[in-house]
Amino acid sequence: MVAMSTRHILLGLLAGGPSHGYDLKRRHDERFPQARPLAYGQVYTTLQRLVRDGLAEVDGTDSDGGPERTLYRSTDDGAKELVAWTGEITPPAPFVTNEIFAKVVCAILASADPARYLSTQRAAHMARMRELTAVKTAPGADLATVLSADYALNHLDADLRWMTTTAARLTTLTAEVDGA
Amino acid sequence: MSSTPMSSTPMSSTQKTVPVLAARGLTKTHGRTQALRGASVELRPGEILAVTGTSGSGKSTLLHCLAGIVRPDEGSVVYAEQRLDQLPEQRLSELRRTEFGVVFQFGQLIPELTALDNVALPLLLAGASRKDSHERAGEWLERFGVRGQEELRPGEMSGGQAQRVSLARALITGPKVVFADEPTGALDSLASEGVMAALAHTARESGTAVLLVTHDAQVAAYADREVELRDGVVVSGADAVVEMFR
Repeated sequence: MVAMSTRHILLGLLAGGPSHGYDLKRRHDERFPQARPLAYGQVYTTLQRLVRDGLAEVDGTDSDGGPERTLYRSTDDGAKELVAWTGEITPPAPFVTNEIFAKVVCAILASADPARYLSTQRAAHMARMRELTAVKTAPGADLATVLSADYALNHLDADLRWMTTTAARLTTLTAEVDGA
Repeated sequence: MSSTPMSSTPMSSTQKTVPVLAARGLTKTHGRTQALRGASVELRPGEILAVTGTSGSGKSTLLHCLAGIVRPDEGSVVYAEQRLDQLPEQRLSELRRTEFGVVFQFGQLIPELTALDNVALPLLLAGASRKDSHERAGEWLERFGVRGQEELRPGEMSGGQAQRVSLARALITGPKVVFADEPTGALDSLASEGVMAALAHTARESGTAVLLVTHDAQVAAYADREVELRDGVVVSGADAVVEMFR
């Protein structure tokens, strides 16, 4: 199994040709617009590990009128690693580890008010979905922005459907307990 | 009759807070089923309001009461200082023709007519000339991205195209309010996205208020605001209407 890491993302960005760390960070943030931005330190550390493992190599330097910067390029092994990773099946959610799910379970355990929590969480999800919809339908939204907003919207929608089902289950369960 | 697409006009905060349509305490029973049990909701000028809820929650009945298609058993529906629930059928019919636009899950286009004739129909019924009606219908087909489909009949269009034509027909008279009942319910996700983006863009540009009934959260996310209906009662987003009637 080939685990996902920043190294695969950087190998993907290097597939288009040699690049230096600053440019890789910038392109990462462009290609994954709703993702957490990459830290420069993480980019450089990862590049050094790719070189150490023979997946990337230094391809000279580039000053472009400014300070000298090291260019990196993917090796043949790096290209093979990338192809292997992109073809590898991602295990479909092997563990259910989600904060919303955990809060509902704990609210039930603590005899708190899970229905109220679900209702307010639902409103927060809808507000975020409205933001993402505005982002993806804004004039000039690029493909990367649309794809990432679609991804986030579909996952939030899945959360919402689970919350709706859970709220209905809780109502049914409460009615059964009250009626017993 | 206003039928030309308008540009966006900023509204004052006072205008924004006065609802264009407000319902209070609506109840409605179909046979043994109580579809609405005291639902209250308000629609503000120019806003897109999503009414969400599971199947059978009363969403469509609420829309029908607000649009004057059915009368509630109890409660009030106020539009432009008129009690819709008390208006005679003839006046309701006139309002629906001139100030409201309605779109359903299946667009209910007339199958024998072309896209152009379907869109032009409300203007023709209102007495506009054929030439003028067709010219404006062409403009509205363009706004909804279906220019070039003028001569197609509904059976020759994709579901997404047919809904865009339905929206053009609903908006051509320059209505104050558009009622859309699951307008993308029969469409795949990309066609749904195209229809909703076109509806939201055009409504915002023309300042038309939209009451959007949907069970789909991704469709509701095109709205400015959402109220959720559960067992015939609005369970969220109703604070404003409670304040209004105090």
